[in-house]
Amino acid sequence: MSLKLSKRSSEIEGHVERKPKESKGDKVVAGVSHTMLALWSLMVLVPLGWTLLSSFKQTKEIFASPFSLPETWQFQNYINAWNSAGIGTYFFNTVIVVASALIIVMVLGSMCAYVLARYVFPGYRAVYYLMLAGLTFPIFLAIVPLFFILKNIGLLNTLPGLIIVYVSFALPFTVFFLFSFFKALPGEIAEAAQIDGAGEWRTFFQVMLPMAKPGLASVAIFNFLGLWNQYLIPVAINTKRENYVLSQGIASVAGQMGYAVDFGQLFAAAIIVVVPVLIVYVIFQRQLQGSVSAGTMK
Amino acid sequence: MKPGGDLPVAARRRRKKLTFDKVSFMAVFLGLPLVIYLVFVISPFVQAVYYSMTSWSGFDANMPFIGFDNYVKLFNDDIFMISVRNSITLAIFLPVITVILALVLATLVTIGGSSRGQIKGLKGAGFYRIVSFFPYVIPAVVIGIIWAQIYDPSSGLLNGLLNAVGLDGPANGMLGDSRTAMIASMVVIVWGFVGFYMILFIAAIKGIPAETFEAARIDGAGRFRTAITITIPLIRDNIQTAYVYMGILALDAFVYMSVLNSTGGPANSTLVMSQKLFTTAFSKGQFGLACAMGVVLAVMTLIFSALVFLVNRLTGGSKDVSN
Repeated sequence: MSLKLSKRSSEIEGHVERKPKESKGDKVVAGVSHTMLALWSLMVLVPLGWTLLSSFKQTKEIFASPFSLPETWQFQNYINAWNSAGIGTYFFNTVIVVASALIIVMVLGSMCAYVLARYVFPGYRAVYYLMLAGLTFPIFLAIVPLFFILKNIGLLNTLPGLIIVYVSFALPFTVFFLFSFFKALPGEIAEAAQIDGAGEWRTFFQVMLPMAKPGLASVAIFNFLGLWNQYLIPVAINTKRENYVLSQGIASVAGQMGYAVDFGQLFAAAIIVVVPVLIVYVIFQRQLQGSVSAGTMK
Repeated sequence: MKPGGDLPVAARRRRKKLTFDKVSFMAVFLGLPLVIYLVFVISPFVQAVYYSMTSWSGFDANMPFIGFDNYVKLFNDDIFMISVRNSITLAIFLPVITVILALVLATLVTIGGSSRGQIKGLKGAGFYRIVSFFPYVIPAVVIGIIWAQIYDPSSGLLNGLLNAVGLDGPANGMLGDSRTAMIASMVVIVWGFVGFYMILFIAAIKGIPAETFEAARIDGAGRFRTAITITIPLIRDNIQTAYVYMGILALDAFVYMSVLNSTGGPANSTLVMSQKLFTTAFSKGQFGLACAMGVVLAVMTLIFSALVFLVNRLTGGSKDVSN
């Protein structure tokens, strides 16, 4: 770029411009901004592009040169990762666990948030602080007792055990987010519904819940990502190989291969794990970015 | 969110009559989530504090109470202290680096546009936003695996790039050298989170009324001055939130550190408390000791949050800058 820093003096010659023209200073700033942002974008995209490219290569090609295109596109890597590395099984486990946990936590979370937002009852404050504690304390503090609680009720190393723990730890975030959402909904509508003869249950499921759809969508997306990406909870309380979820599955693929590594297969597994979140991200990126701001400006 | 407070009068009046509808509603809507939450979240927190004062090995009913012995043991354990130091290092550097980088990028996107007419964002801002946010949605494990491969000395992208420009990368890779392993790990975590905070700050900056920027411009403030004296003070609360979140994450850092260097790195240079806790509990079976580590970690998290709030308060964060 041949831009130079200079005072903007040249174009002020007494005439009124309809459209604000870009001054030289603006161009410099824009140029610098674009350069820096483009550099950052490269920082983000190059590793991902390299992973995608490598997932189609044979291990010896990856060693030979990081940038070359694959000689022949090794779709076999994906088949191997899916079948022999077990990623297929882990994928189905993850879908079952995340889908169940997501549905349950959304139902329970919205019910709890609704009650907190619309009613006073004894112990209201205590519930609020308990939820806050769940958001503040690290999971690491809970992980050892959690292991034994699940062991005692016979749910250790089972998918239902994992589901219920996922639900519990996603609950405080869900409740906090939806609380502000239900608080903002007009209470008159609930009252109108009750005057028309709807009971508490019907008011919630037929009147209030449908109105909260945008809030539910944002929370559901965040919970989906959080649960899909969860790693610590499954490695601690779900250690049977056939029950592995994707995150621990791919970590074990990476770890267990040790020195005789099939890198192409590892990269293919990584891509398989990323694709679902990528799809969700692309479809919902507007809501996601919108709710980042909504969630933090309480 | 304020507990109690401003509830509709109608809600209070309705409290009086207890019908079946009402009772079943409260029991299911409030009772069910709360029971699950108490059993699986709150009770483990409480139990952990008790276990931390026992020398329990987990697999027998025998749970000898030993008071604060575990804590004394921890503070005399050199390797644990190394992990504490590493965690503190992360908690100091990660939030600063991430927040500053995110702020710079957010500022470039929002006020990098034309200085004439309306305040405009940069052209193509949408593209930068989408790309930058993407790492946030990638599972942390995958981020760790990808970067471990990038740093790999024999086939990694980094050494490939260095070789391409005629330089030699570190022989054991960045992660295999005790001088660079920590920095290399931090780069990975920063890479994963800058985009998220950038989006958060962009949203906050867009929430500032345009008149404020216009007034500053009419008064002759340039872009840099506007960013320092208008933008940053006005989004201070968001910066504080970001700082606390990032600090809590840095004190955990389990996924990244254990995937990048599963054994704590060369000379324990990347061993963090959460990793030490995990192996103490699930490999060595010293559950009481592991719980004590959990308590130390929780206390450090609370101290960190309190410090951030305190510093923000002391430096005038509660003042309303817009007046």
